[in-house]
Amino acid sequence: MLNVKDILSTQDMIDKRHLDIRTITMGISLLDCTDTDVNKCADKIYDKIVRRAENLVKVGQEIEWEFGIPIVNKRIAVTPISLVGSSCQTDSYVPLAIAMDRAAKNCGVNFIGGFSALVQKGATSGDEVLINSIPEALAQTECVCASVNVGSTRAGINMDAVAKMGRIIKETANITADKDGLGCAKLVVFANAVEDNPFMAGAFHGVGEPECVLNVGVSGPGVVYHALQGIKGQPFDVVAETVKKTAFRITRMGQMVGVEASKRLGVPFGIVDLSLAPTPAVGDSVARILEEMGLEVCGTHGTTAALALLNDAVKKGGVMASNHVGGLSGAFIPVSEDEGMIAAAECGTLTLSKLEAMTCVCSVGLDMIAVPGDTSAATISAIIADEAAIGMVNSKTTAVRIIPAPGKSVGDRVEMGGLLGSAPVMPVIDKGSELFIDRGGRIPAPLQSLKN
Amino acid sequence: MKAIVTVVGKDQVGIIAAVCVHLASYNVNVLDISQTVMQGFLTMMMVVDVSACNVPVAELAQAVEEKGKEMNLSIRLQREDIFSAMHQV
Repeated sequence: MLNVKDILSTQDMIDKRHLDIRTITMGISLLDCTDTDVNKCADKIYDKIVRRAENLVKVGQEIEWEFGIPIVNKRIAVTPISLVGSSCQTDSYVPLAIAMDRAAKNCGVNFIGGFSALVQKGATSGDEVLINSIPEALAQTECVCASVNVGSTRAGINMDAVAKMGRIIKETANITADKDGLGCAKLVVFANAVEDNPFMAGAFHGVGEPECVLNVGVSGPGVVYHALQGIKGQPFDVVAETVKKTAFRITRMGQMVGVEASKRLGVPFGIVDLSLAPTPAVGDSVARILEEMGLEVCGTHGTTAALALLNDAVKKGGVMASNHVGGLSGAFIPVSEDEGMIAAAECGTLTLSKLEAMTCVCSVGLDMIAVPGDTSAATISAIIADEAAIGMVNSKTTAVRIIPAPGKSVGDRVEMGGLLGSAPVMPVIDKGSELFIDRGGRIPAPLQSLKN
Repeated sequence: MKAIVTVVGKDQVGIIAAVCVHLASYNVNVLDISQTVMQGFLTMMMVVDVSACNVPVAELAQAVEEKGKEMNLSIRLQREDIFSAMHQV
C-alpha cells in the first residue's frame, strides 16, 4: 500500500531534485532505404523516419502528463548511414543528413543520431564517404548527430581512422566557427560503441537491433546527491548502498515509462540505459556527487575512486529494476553539461589528464571538452588514441567529444546553449604527437588473458 | 486505473468540495482521502479511479492543474503506477 511519505518523496525528487526521464529514443532501421540515387535514398530515409516516429513526441507528452514525470528529450537513432548510403553513387552523404534533419524536425524531436560509421578494423568506401561528409553535414543541419567507432576490444584500434578523425574534428570546428565550433558537440569518436545507446550524440541503431525499438535513458544526479547529503561521514559501504537504492528507484520509473511508451507506439521495448546524466542546472551535477563523498573539488586526488564506486553502484542498483539493461549505463562526466565539472575545470583542479583517468571507470569518456582553437589535428588524434586504448584494453565503451574552439584559448569560455551547456577552454599538453599519428596502420587487439 | 491527486497550499474554505466537484465533472470517482493541516497549510491526497473518466488522463491532469492555479493551490494528478514502481518491489 502506498503511503503519503512515498508519494511526497517522489514529487520532491521531480520538483526539487531534477528527477526526469532524460530521453526516449526510437531506433529505426533504415536498411531498406538503399538506392543507387542519393536523392531517392534521401527521400526513402525521410519517409521511413516520419512514418515510424510521427507519434513519438505526442506519446511522450501524454505520458509526461499522466505520470507527472518530465521526459526531457524525445529522439531518434537510425542505422549507421555509411551502411544505408553505401549503394549510392555519390561522393557525399550530406543530402542524407539533410533528409534526417528534415524528418527529425517534422517529428518534433531535438536530435537524430546515426550519421555514423563503424571502422574499427577498416573503412569501406561508404565509410570513407560518410566520414568525409561529416563536417559539411553537421554544418548544414541542426539536429543530426554523427559518430565514428575507431576501435574495439576485438579488433584493436584503426589508427588511420584515428588520424583522419583528428582532421575531421578540426574541419568541423572551423566550418562551424561562427558558433564556437558547435558542430563538434554533435560528433563522437568511439571505441567499443554500443548498438542500443539512447543518449546523444553517440546514438545509432545497430544492425543487430530489430526493425524499430524504443530505448529509454534515465537520469537523476540530483536525487543521488540529495540522498548522499543524508549520510555525511558514513563509510563507503553505506554510500554504495544508498546509491544503489536510489538508482533502483530511478530505474524502475524509467522501465515503467519505457514499457508504457512502447505499448502505445506499438514498438518493442529495448533497454533502459541506467545513466546518471547531468545537466548544466544547479543541483543536477555528477561532480557534486563526487564532492559530496568528501572531495574538496572534483578532480582532486580520490576523484577516480569516488567515480568508480558511483559508476558501479548505479549499475548494481539499476540492474534489478529493469528487465533489460543496456546502452552506456553508468555515470557520464561531460564537462560542459555539468555545473560542478565546469566549476572544477575553471578553478584548474579538473584537468584533461585527470579526466582521462576518470574515463577508465566512468561510463563513457572524454565528453564535451573545449580545447584551444590552435590545437593540432595530430594532438586531437592522439587524445582519441589514448581514449580508445583505455576502452580497448578495459573492454568498455570510451569516447571523445572534443571542441577545438576556433579563435579561443585557455581561459576563454565556449557557449553551446541549452543542454549542451558551456565549457571553459582547457589546456592541452603542448608537445607534439605528429610522428606517432603519422604512422597509421592498426594497433592489434589486446590479449584477454594474463590480465594484470 | 487509479491515480493520485495531491493538493498542497494554504487552507481555505471549500477546497475538498471544489476539487471533488471538479473531478466529478470528469466522471472520476474518489476512493480515499487523507489530509493534514499544519499551521494553516494543507496537504491532501486522494486516491481516485479514472477508469471511467470522460477525457484522456493526460487532459484530465492538465485540467486539474489549471483548476489548482485558479484556486491558488498546487493540484496535480498522476497515475498511481509511478509511485508503486518507485516504492514497491
